[in-house]
Amino acid sequence: MNNETLVNAMSQATTQVFSTMLGLEVQVVGSSVERGMPDATDGLVSFIGLAGSWAGTGSLTCSKALGCRISSQMLMTETTSIDEEVLDVVAEITNMVIGSVKTDLEAELGPLGLSIPTVVFGRNFTTKSAGNTDWFVVRFQCEGEQLIVKMCLAPSDKVSHVIPHSLGQTCSVD
Amino acid sequence: MESDVLVVDDSAAIRKILQRVLRQTGMAIGTVHEAGDGQEALELLKAHKIDLVLSDINMPKMDGLQLLGAMKASPQWNGIPVMMITTEGGETKVGEAVRLGAAGYVRKPFTADQIKEKLAGIVELALPL
Repeated sequence: MNNETLVNAMSQATTQVFSTMLGLEVQVVGSSVERGMPDATDGLVSFIGLAGSWAGTGSLTCSKALGCRISSQMLMTETTSIDEEVLDVVAEITNMVIGSVKTDLEAELGPLGLSIPTVVFGRNFTTKSAGNTDWFVVRFQCEGEQLIVKMCLAPSDKVSHVIPHSLGQTCSVD
Repeated sequence: MESDVLVVDDSAAIRKILQRVLRQTGMAIGTVHEAGDGQEALELLKAHKIDLVLSDINMPKMDGLQLLGAMKASPQWNGIPVMMITTEGGETKVGEAVRLGAAGYVRKPFTADQIKEKLAGIVELALPL
């Protein structure tokens, strides 16, 4: 599996899911490969695990405003604050995006399993995965807000243990 | 005659969307029951007369394939058509669903029209809607 294949699959899956399920257009604004702990973030991060002969994690990061917009579009109800419904919608969208990427990659990598997604919402928090796997990052623009889709994937014998941890200062959700 | 439907998905959002789509099909839909996993679905099948099941595959506790297997092994439920609605697009799980007797499947992300079209085929073959 090469980097270009994965980044293309991530871009296409995100574009298709946002268009089909939400009627929202996303534009790719860049892609990169990252290693190490990212900067602290605000908003929503949704994680989903992949397992099989290759294993890793996929994630979707967006602002509170975009999370509410995504929920409003999917459920056809106006949402302005983060509640259980918004978290559920963001989890499901992550499931569809990473699930679509998984399906694209299975022809090359063999069957992969998906975990149940986990969503984190807060301010000034940092996420880190155990292990030294590179993260493939695709940045999108959607409704004037940034949307980030990330994936790390490596042969199972090279992945020690990949679990998202939240670190640093936390604060209450509003 | 109205048909009662069971929607099984761990996402409340997807259950809500499917409820809405079912009401838009023009079919005579009665009660739409909701379950968050296969275990809850089996409890609802025991308690109600269900005519059609729409189920996700990847769910906690009991997944959609286990639910489908349990239904097809039961003389009481093996005639109920089950449509899978899932992110799974690979041959392994979809093939397993077909082998177990799924009436059809729709891949997420889906449009309302895709659900309606697939349901129409199932209804024509199996349901007195």
